Amino acid sequence: MNPVIVYTVISLTAIGIVAAVVIYFVSKKFAVQEDDRIGKVEQVLPNTNCGGCGQPGCHAFATAVIAAGDLSSLHCPVGGNAVMKQVAEILGIKAVERDPYIAVVRCSGSFEQRKKTNIYDGTESCKIAAALYSGDTGCAYGCLGMADCVEVCDFEAMYMDEKTGLPVVIEDKCTACNACVKECPKGILELWPKGKKNQRVYIACLNEEKGSTARKECAVACSGCSKCFEACRYDAITMVNNLAHIDPEKCKLCMECVDTCDVHNIVTANVTPEKIQAANEQRLKREERARKKKEEEKLAAEAAKQISHETPPQA
Amino acid sequence: MKLHHKLKTFNIGGVHPDDQKLSAGIAISPLPLPKVVTIPIIQHIGAPAKIIVQRGDMVKTGQIVAIHEGFVSSNIHTSVSGRIGVIEEVMDSSGFKHIAISIRIKGDEWEESIDQTDTLVEEINLEPKEIVSRIMEAGVVGMGGAAFPSHVKLSVPEGKHVDYLLINGVECEPYLTADHRLMLEKPKEIIVGIKILMKALGVTKAIIGIEDNKHNAVELFKELLKNETGITVEALEVQYPQGGEKQLIQALLNREVPSGGLPSDVGVIVHNVGTTFAIYEAVQKNKPLIERVVTVTGKSVKQPSNFLVRIGTPVIDLLIAAGGVPEDTGKIVGGGPMMGKAIADLDVPIAKGTSGILLIPKEESTRAEIYNCVHCGKCIEACPMGLEPYHLLILSKKGNSQRAKEEHILDCIECGSCSFVCPSNRPILDYIRLGKTQIRKPKKA
Repeated sequence: MNPVIVYTVISLTAIGIVAAVVIYFVSKKFAVQEDDRIGKVEQVLPNTNCGGCGQPGCHAFATAVIAAGDLSSLHCPVGGNAVMKQVAEILGIKAVERDPYIAVVRCSGSFEQRKKTNIYDGTESCKIAAALYSGDTGCAYGCLGMADCVEVCDFEAMYMDEKTGLPVVIEDKCTACNACVKECPKGILELWPKGKKNQRVYIACLNEEKGSTARKECAVACSGCSKCFEACRYDAITMVNNLAHIDPEKCKLCMECVDTCDVHNIVTANVTPEKIQAANEQRLKREERARKKKEEEKLAAEAAKQISHETPPQA
Repeated sequence: MKLHHKLKTFNIGGVHPDDQKLSAGIAISPLPLPKVVTIPIIQHIGAPAKIIVQRGDMVKTGQIVAIHEGFVSSNIHTSVSGRIGVIEEVMDSSGFKHIAISIRIKGDEWEESIDQTDTLVEEINLEPKEIVSRIMEAGVVGMGGAAFPSHVKLSVPEGKHVDYLLINGVECEPYLTADHRLMLEKPKEIIVGIKILMKALGVTKAIIGIEDNKHNAVELFKELLKNETGITVEALEVQYPQGGEKQLIQALLNREVPSGGLPSDVGVIVHNVGTTFAIYEAVQKNKPLIERVVTVTGKSVKQPSNFLVRIGTPVIDLLIAAGGVPEDTGKIVGGGPMMGKAIADLDVPIAKGTSGILLIPKEESTRAEIYNCVHCGKCIEACPMGLEPYHLLILSKKGNSQRAKEEHILDCIECGSCSFVCPSNRPILDYIRLGKTQIRKPKKA
């Protein structure tokens, strides 16, 4: 046999053995100590790396969960309660149930309702347009309609409605990752509790102008008339800066406020018209009762007054 | 043969847009008073002024209506006499709604303390500190466009030594001629203004920088400054954006303002000629900043003009005076074509910083189709600040503000040279501006 081949094989084998030994010791000495639970947790996570939990990605979330050893402040909105339960099982701790959320669009200023006052010819980006001026309609609070939110959605849960020019959230796909909420320069998207039986009610307007100005700018703007505020029995509606806002924490989904809005801008999801009608009738009855009661009280007060007039003071 | 003398200019970047000075030969004419003026309480960089009048009050021209709040702010005076109307939020030339005072005009009765005559007052009686406070009282701001309060510029921080005053008569924006006309018509007043500024700053040397496309202004100042010591005039090669403070300093003195620094770091203070004239009027005539020269121009405009306009006059009045809006108009821009901003509403008032109204025909105003970046490097070549605009666009688009900051995005002067030269029509400056705001205002969590 050619000695060159023999020497080559022997020397390469020797180098290989030496290198293997060195690598073995180095890997022992400098091994990265990682909790093997991190890998397990990561496996059950959605692995979309969307950042909706507030962590830079799913691996970071898994690490954070194990470091915290407690799930009260950490929650994967995409996976929801099901995934969090699995995570809790892996860690052997108690799962914390959270109400699921969904993104809602708080603007109803469609092309029809909100006339354009100028034509925007700049870069197709809401963020850039918002930095330039107040928008191509009179309303400085409304949707700019250039779909920054749709672009940023990792879950294809949004699209632009061509008829209205407003974004639409697809209920089944939205994971409440918060990306669109962060992206919108006008703050139109908001995370909202999905609600019992997926029922929600919210006011789709952010216009803080005075009523007359707001209505000039958009036909369905909240004018701050306070009718819904007065109708609410649970103090869930607040009036701030000429704008009504429903607090989802306090709202009992009674739907009594829905029909009070004269521009029908109290938006509901998954609520049958029958329920709204029933709620409205109930409210009207209640109001009627209150009115009657007030009238009776008034009559009684007047009668009492008359009696006191008729009976002269005893001398 | 005439010896060809090479003119000074800045040496990094720069572009050469067609200068189109259509109204250069047209004298400044006062615009008739409108019926109503709307005076925003924020027309400057800094804090909004605090309103001190009420609805129904009668005011005289030049009377103060809003007082500056804090040092970096400016007083606002009424530009007309009449009755104060509603005080509410209106759209101004920035494109956003701000609080503004509307005044219904009655006659034109001026404050008695204001000297309305045209006589030249050369003697400067005030002490430097009094000059600065007079300028502050008069609400003078930089009239080149940025509207930075002038008294702040004149209050040089301790420890910094200023040896040069530069007067910016460059007017490098195409179309605009307001400064050019002012230099031709009020040169003596401007020279007195320069002397006032020199006294206030305690400097002995001043240079007026004028681009060579305004040769008659250069010659005029040369003639008037023959017997003066300390003030010189320098003709500059035509190149955009020479009117930028940092570019002008480099062109005239070959000094470079450090990144993130101010002109006073290299011993220079720069004032625009319009501002210098306003300072002359404030100090010598006791006249607050209530009117300014505004160029109304455009290729299809019937009578391109230079108007002396009271602050708060609606834009539409100027357009009517210039012969109406031509049919082919696609965009109406406040300012010049390079840095100006389209006006969304013709009722917006003229502010202290509005130097011109430009009407661009449709075919020139629409944005061309955007293509991908071909990495040709033209934007880098054009950038007068030595930045890499195409890269800053990518970083801003991705929201990587940390890297963008490291790449000195905050040094961008927003001149628009990068977008101007881009063969792919990329909206480079739009994204750089966005990137700058992302750094200044960190995004909500």
